[in-house]
Amino acid sequence: MYHYDEYDRALVAERVAQFRDQISRRLSGELSEEEFLPLRLQNGLYLQRHAYMLRVAIPYGTLSADQLRALASVARDFDRGYGHFTTRQNIQFNWIELEQVGDILARLAAVDMHAIQTSGNCVRNISTDAFAGVAADEVLDPRPLAEILRQWSTINPEFLYLPRKFKIALCSASEDRAAVMMHDIGLYLYRDAADEMLFDVMVGGGLGRTPILSQPIRRALPWQHLLSYVEAVLRVYNRHGRRDNKYKARIKILVKALGIDAFAREVEAEWQHIKDGPAELTRAEYERVAASFRPPSYPPQPAVDLEFGSALARDAGFARWVQRNTHAHKQPGYVSVTLSTKPGADMPPGDVTAEQMEQVALMADRFGFGEIRVAHEQNLVLPDVAKADLYALWQQACEFGLATANIGLLTDVIACPGGDYCSLANAKSIPVAQAIQQRFADLELLQDLGEISLNISGCMNACGHHHIGNIGILGVDKNGSEWYQLTIGGAQGKLSALGKVIGPAFSAEDVPEVIAQLAEVYREQRQGTERFVDTVARVGLAPFKARVYPAQEVRA
Amino acid sequence: MNNLIRLTEHGPERVNEDLWTLALTGEEPADGPRILSLTAWLQCQPESVLSGQEPSADAVCLQPDDEAERLQPYLAVLPLIAVLFPSFRDGRGYSQAYLLRTRIGWTGELRAVGDVLRDQLSHMRQCGFDAFAVREDKSAEDAIKGLNGMSVLYGRSAIEPRPLFRRRASEC
Repeated sequence: MYHYDEYDRALVAERVAQFRDQISRRLSGELSEEEFLPLRLQNGLYLQRHAYMLRVAIPYGTLSADQLRALASVARDFDRGYGHFTTRQNIQFNWIELEQVGDILARLAAVDMHAIQTSGNCVRNISTDAFAGVAADEVLDPRPLAEILRQWSTINPEFLYLPRKFKIALCSASEDRAAVMMHDIGLYLYRDAADEMLFDVMVGGGLGRTPILSQPIRRALPWQHLLSYVEAVLRVYNRHGRRDNKYKARIKILVKALGIDAFAREVEAEWQHIKDGPAELTRAEYERVAASFRPPSYPPQPAVDLEFGSALARDAGFARWVQRNTHAHKQPGYVSVTLSTKPGADMPPGDVTAEQMEQVALMADRFGFGEIRVAHEQNLVLPDVAKADLYALWQQACEFGLATANIGLLTDVIACPGGDYCSLANAKSIPVAQAIQQRFADLELLQDLGEISLNISGCMNACGHHHIGNIGILGVDKNGSEWYQLTIGGAQGKLSALGKVIGPAFSAEDVPEVIAQLAEVYREQRQGTERFVDTVARVGLAPFKARVYPAQEVRA
Repeated sequence: MNNLIRLTEHGPERVNEDLWTLALTGEEPADGPRILSLTAWLQCQPESVLSGQEPSADAVCLQPDDEAERLQPYLAVLPLIAVLFPSFRDGRGYSQAYLLRTRIGWTGELRAVGDVLRDQLSHMRQCGFDAFAVREDKSAEDAIKGLNGMSVLYGRSAIEPRPLFRRRASEC
C-alpha cells in the first residue's frame, strides 16, 4: 500500500493543527456555526441526532493492520467500542465529542490517516474495487492512479467549494466492483495493444433524489492526461453547476440539462487549454507511486493441497464459507477472503467492534501480509491469503463473529446508519435490515436464492445505494410515520440498472414478509440457474406486484 | 474599502486608507473611485476606454455568474479587478481568479470582496488573489493568520504552476 513521505505527513499534521484551531475558535464563539459548518464537514465531522459523527478516510478502501488497530483504539477510547464501515469504503464513528476531535485526528495522523474531505462540497474519497491489485480478472492495478488522484484532489484550492459533493471511482477489472457508473466521474482503466494505460471516462452518475447512471464522455484517454481531464470537468462544473437548489446541484443535473454532447464540448474546450501543461503526469511520478503497490513476494504454494481438500470435504460449514466468501486471486494457491460484517441480529450491517478490528488486524498479520480492504458493500477483505491458511483463518473468524457465509446473498445487506443516528433520515434502516436478516436466517433457503443484493437507505440521499440493489428499500416519511418503498431490478457493475418501484410503501413490520414473497415469486419463475435480477429483467414487475399487492385488483 | 489586506513584496499588509468603494448597485455614495458591476462598467465607459486608448477611472467586480473571459479585451485599461463572494460557500470566484491569472493574463490587483473570511484566505491566495477585503464585522488582523494555509500543496495553483510531483522531481 501507499507509504507516506515527508510531504504527506506534513500536510496531515498541519491539517490537524489547523482544525484544532478552528474547533477552539468555534468553542469560544469566534466562529459561528454557519462559518464552522463547511470547515468541519471538510474534516469529516457531521452533527447527527445524538452526537457528532466523524468519518475517517480510507483511501480506496486500503488499510494496514496498524491502521486498523488505530481505528480500534479510537472506537474504544472515544466512541462506544465500535465503528461503522461505509459504502464509500470509509469508517464512521457515531458518538464523538467536539472537544476530542483534535486528539482523535492526531492519533490517526500517527498512522498516516486523516478525515480530510470525507464530507462537504468537494472531491470525496476516491474509491475502487476492494480486490484491486489481486483480483484474477484484473487488467492492471488501479491503486497507483487512485492515489495520484487522491493527492491531486486533496485541498485543491479551486475545488473546495463546489456546488455539491463530488465522487470519483476507478475500476480496471473485467467485472466492475466499484459501482463506477453511479459516480460523478467514473474511470474504466485498461491497456491498449501497445500496453499503454488508457481510460474510458464516464460522467454524471449519482444516486440521491434523481438517480442517474453516468454516460461516457471520453474514450481512450491516455493516462498522462488523467489530472488535466478531471480538472477540466471540475472547472466546467464549478463554473456552471447549479447552486440555487441543493437537490439540483450535482454534476449529473448539469450534464442532463446541457446534454452529454454539449457538456463534453465544454470540457473539451477547457481541456485544450491545459492538457499539455504541467499537470500532465510523468512516468517518473507513476513509478514512484506504483512502487508502493508492488505485490508482496508470495511464498509458493503446492499445486495440490491435500489438507485443504480434506478440510473442505470434512466440514460443510467451512466449504460453504470458502465457496461464498473467497475470491479468485492472480497468484496460484492464494485467494482473497471477505469477512462478513453482516452476521444478522447481533450487529447492524457494517458495524465492527474494536475487538473485532483488532482480531482482523491479527488475522491480516498472520495470514495476509498485514493488509486489509474495505469493500463498498461494507465488508472487510483480506486480499492475500494462502489456501493452506484458510481453515485456520476461518476458525478464528468464526470465533469473532466474522465468518457468516453470506457474501453476495440476500442477508449481505447494504444499509446506511439511518434514523437511529442520522438527522437527515426519514426512517430507520438498521432494524429493517436486521428483521430481514432474521427472516432469512435459514442458510439452506439463503443459498438456494443465490445472489441477491439488498440495499437500504433511510432517505432520498441514498447512502445505502438502494437504487442499484436487486432489491432496494427506501425509508419514507408519511405523516410522521416510517414507511418503506421497494424497488426491484437494480444492479451495479458494467450492466448497472436502476431499480423500479413496485408500488405503495409498506410498514416496517411488513417488509420482511414482502421480501419473502418476492423471493417466492423468483423461485417459481426462475429458469435454470438464472439469478434474481435476471428473472426480474425477463418477467418484469407484474408477477411480483401481483403477489405483494393481491388486494389491488379487487379494489380496482 | 476598510479592512483590507494586500500582499506586497514585504508580505501581507493591512490597508486602512483604501480609496475604492464597492458600488454594485450604482447607488452607493462614493467619495473616491468606484468598483462597478461588469454590466455597469461596460455601460458607463467612454469609447476611448473601451477601445483601449485611455485607462478607466472605474474598477470592475465580477459576480459569480460573470464569465471572467469577458474582461480579456480590457486588461490594459482596468485599474483593479474585484471578484465577489456573495457567500463564502460559493466557489465560483476561485475559478474566476485562477483563470484571470493563468489564462487571461491579468497581472494587476485582484481583490476578493464580499463574504471574505480568515479560513478561506489561503485558498484565495493560491487561486491568485493578492488583496482581500475582509468582511466588515471581522478583524483583518486576525484574518491575516489564515493567509498561509498549509505548507504542502499537492496540485498546482496560480502562484505555483508546478504540481508537487514536478517539484519533488526537481529536488532530487
